[in-house]
Amino acid sequence: MKFIQRLLSAGAIALAATCGPVLAQSKLTLGVAIPAATHGFTGGIVWWAQQAKKELEQQHPGLRIIVKTAGGAPEQANQLQDMLTVNKIRALVIFPFESAALTQPVAQVKRKGVYVTVVDRGLTDSSAQDAYVAGDNTAFGKLPAEYIARRLEGKGNLVALRGIPTTLDNERMDAFNSVLKQHPELKLLDAKYANWNRDDAFKVMQDYLTRFKQIDAVWAADDDMAVGVLRAIEQAQRRDIRLVFGGAGAKGMVKRLIDGDPLIQANVSYSPKFIYDAIKLTAEARLKGEKLPSTTIIPSVLITQENARQFYFPDSPF
Amino acid sequence: MPPELADHRAAGAPGRAGRALARLHALGPLLGLALLCVAGAALNSDFASLDNAMNVLTRTAFIGIIAVGMCFVIICGGIDLSVGSMAALIAGSMILLMNKLAPALASPLAVVALGMAFALLLGALFGLAHGLLITKGRIEPFIVTLGTLGIFRAYLTYFSDGGALTLDLALSDAYSPVYYASLLGVPVPVWVFLAVALLGGLILNRTAYGRYVQAIGSNEQVARYAAVDVDRVKVLTYVLLGSCVGIATLLYVPRLGSASPTTGLLWELEAIAAVIVGGTALKGGSGSITGTVIGAVLLSVISNILNLTSLISVYLNAAVQGFAIILVAFLQRGRR
Repeated sequence: MKFIQRLLSAGAIALAATCGPVLAQSKLTLGVAIPAATHGFTGGIVWWAQQAKKELEQQHPGLRIIVKTAGGAPEQANQLQDMLTVNKIRALVIFPFESAALTQPVAQVKRKGVYVTVVDRGLTDSSAQDAYVAGDNTAFGKLPAEYIARRLEGKGNLVALRGIPTTLDNERMDAFNSVLKQHPELKLLDAKYANWNRDDAFKVMQDYLTRFKQIDAVWAADDDMAVGVLRAIEQAQRRDIRLVFGGAGAKGMVKRLIDGDPLIQANVSYSPKFIYDAIKLTAEARLKGEKLPSTTIIPSVLITQENARQFYFPDSPF
Repeated sequence: MPPELADHRAAGAPGRAGRALARLHALGPLLGLALLCVAGAALNSDFASLDNAMNVLTRTAFIGIIAVGMCFVIICGGIDLSVGSMAALIAGSMILLMNKLAPALASPLAVVALGMAFALLLGALFGLAHGLLITKGRIEPFIVTLGTLGIFRAYLTYFSDGGALTLDLALSDAYSPVYYASLLGVPVPVWVFLAVALLGGLILNRTAYGRYVQAIGSNEQVARYAAVDVDRVKVLTYVLLGSCVGIATLLYVPRLGSASPTTGLLWELEAIAAVIVGGTALKGGSGSITGTVIGAVLLSVISNILNLTSLISVYLNAAVQGFAIILVAFLQRGRR
């Protein structure tokens, strides 16, 4: 008897839910799919996404933001399905784990009438998205190379560290190399992978220091890796290195820049804050029923001691 | 190096011949390491420099110390997949604690000492929890530690908001000698690694407890009938491993003075690989601390050589390591 009662009441609730008032235009459920916090940068992505949820839900009472973090591409694809069927999202902001693997899953979400904004790593088929918001990977590699060339007056020995083997990393490295081509006396001695990881960067740098007796500048290509690089240089007490160039403007490194660290004289911005911008732009446009421009590039700019204060976010984990 | 007691009782060739055979197998990893060093020196003369050797040994210390503990767990027939995440969580927790204590205590040294004690205690407690879940809770060690692998790392990520937990500068300066200082020209972590290895060898080969560990790994049922307190011995192996992780972590934290969600990533696989490359059977029963130490050094040397040369495409680094691991395992394969 009890069971039947329960069944009936459950049915009634379900009915009420489906026959409720038609959603007003001022209501929006927005899904956010991002990589889980595995290193400083993705930690920043997660934090900025949470910030966006907090602030935007306060400003717009009809807005619901669901943030999901994934440890890999398959998990992210599953989350898309869940957000579609369970949360009934009508807009999606996604930072794809891998470009190729997520193109199909995202296209299917779009086919169901969901407005899709892709962030940072483009999909292999741009028709699977409505809008694209990205950081500037070319500038991320180009600006450091230009800065180093200027500082060393076009000649010297460089070593570089690379992140995780990905298209994004290749893009940065290619941009870096294209600048070096114009400076025949700047020698890139080697570029090894250190997985955007402090410890790996420490080891790779230790071995560079063992191997090369004269290094003028290091392109650490990431502020997390720069931490390991600086410790290795400090341990070896090498005085030949004049410059360590990280990247992405992590707060620790920007702080060093402000404080006038002799080795860290510049940085390049690539803030995880662009996820915040993408969520805000998408949510506000969709609440008004508008569209975003098809591509929005958040520029990467050179950070030096003069403008470092604008890029310092002490509350962010990154 | 601790003396080795190769388990030749099941060798089918008892007595001297069996012992000699076992010795030969034990030489496999050493042979592999020697070959690698010759190759390294041929490729880059800096490889054989004292500085490089010390760099490599210091790096190996973390994995090596964990591998000594792992050796006990594996010989006893268990496994622990969580050591990397455990190291990360211990590192994060001790940084949090030290930063909290710093204003209250005047001397940074006292804070650092407390932090180190805390790391050891936490490691032992985590090990105890594993041991109890496995023995009293009767859950497979693979499953228990797969669970805690996720739990530990997630808590670290939570504590650090996905970013990094960084030690205060004054504490960092007081603490850094633990990693960077040298005694008689040998860095502190290498001394600690040596001490842990010697102690591990002594416990495994010269005490009743060590014999029980091997007996349980060989045949748990028989050990039970022989009135060995199987549960207690097993729990202790996990506590030993946890303490080793604690020691490794308190050496690791002063290196960069921070912990992030990538700290200790894949350490568990490196530690297990070091143990297995060193000639310990994954199914348990017999193993060698010396082999484990050589295995750990060997794995570091491979990546060191790859960093010192540009012969091989960077995309193939992992393949080279894979080939080397399989080759060394082939050199020291025993009876199946």
